[in-house]
Amino acid sequence: MPLGAYIAVSAALFAIGIVTIITRRNVLYILMGTEMILNAANINFVAFNRFGSNGLDGRMFAIFTIILAAAEAAVALAIVLNFYYLFNSVKPSEADLLRE
Amino acid sequence: MDQVMLQRAFYGALALLTLTALGIGLAMAGASGVAFGLFTAMTLGGALVCVWERSVVRSAFSLMATFTGVSGYFVLLEADFLAMAQILIYVGGILALLLFGVMLCPPDMEERQLKRVLPGLGIVGAAVAWLSMEVAGSARWYVDAGAPVGDALAEGEFSNARQIGVGFLGIDQYVVAFELAAIVLTVALVAAVYIARRSSVDLEPREGDA
Repeated sequence: MPLGAYIAVSAALFAIGIVTIITRRNVLYILMGTEMILNAANINFVAFNRFGSNGLDGRMFAIFTIILAAAEAAVALAIVLNFYYLFNSVKPSEADLLRE
Repeated sequence: MDQVMLQRAFYGALALLTLTALGIGLAMAGASGVAFGLFTAMTLGGALVCVWERSVVRSAFSLMATFTGVSGYFVLLEADFLAMAQILIYVGGILALLLFGVMLCPPDMEERQLKRVLPGLGIVGAAVAWLSMEVAGSARWYVDAGAPVGDALAEGEFSNARQIGVGFLGIDQYVVAFELAAIVLTVALVAAVYIARRSSVDLEPREGDA
């Protein structure tokens, strides 16, 4: 398949991730949307690496993205856990601790 | 329309999308095109099911198809190490973490509202499609978009894991970034444990705790 096919899939996955983040009222869906967006970026990195130079750069970027996504998921889940303990809810609109 | 009809309509549309992807793939590139179409159906279908389904558990599991499909793209792009890492870390790690998160999520079947999801898909989808057309019409890629360059594998090797290992540890390549990634992971995991820990003050049962 040509490069454009990969870019199209990546764009579609990115769009669905954005829609997931903005339309669902649940912290976990925001995490899922973030993972989709990171995956879309990864597809682009690897596709451009394969179609461009034959070096390692794109693949390395993708690996570091995966590493950061793992770290992000761990920290974000810990925050969600605390959020639930504090508010008894997973709706982001209910985080109003600073409002008094 | 009631829920059952909606559900049927959605999954029917998804099946249609799958067949279209497979057909386009077959028409464009034969067998590898069919594989591409299959991975496209998995990736986008999983993501669509994720944004569509009312139950968080189903959404989380449908992401498994998305992540596996993306690792299929990595195989098609001859990045086998990345494909393996994708399955190990995303399907095995991040998805398991997400499911842990789902366990503490009270089921809220009214949370998904089609009057938000459908316009969202429409607007963002149309914007991305329009932008893609613009880009496809005007962009001059620095790379040759028609065909991959050369061979992804070094002479006499069957996997590019060795290449990536040398890249990680080669003194003039990515060794600094590699060590930084190690530090980031350590800090993130320690921080996650620290944040998730309940302090002793919180340990008395509160209202709403089981």
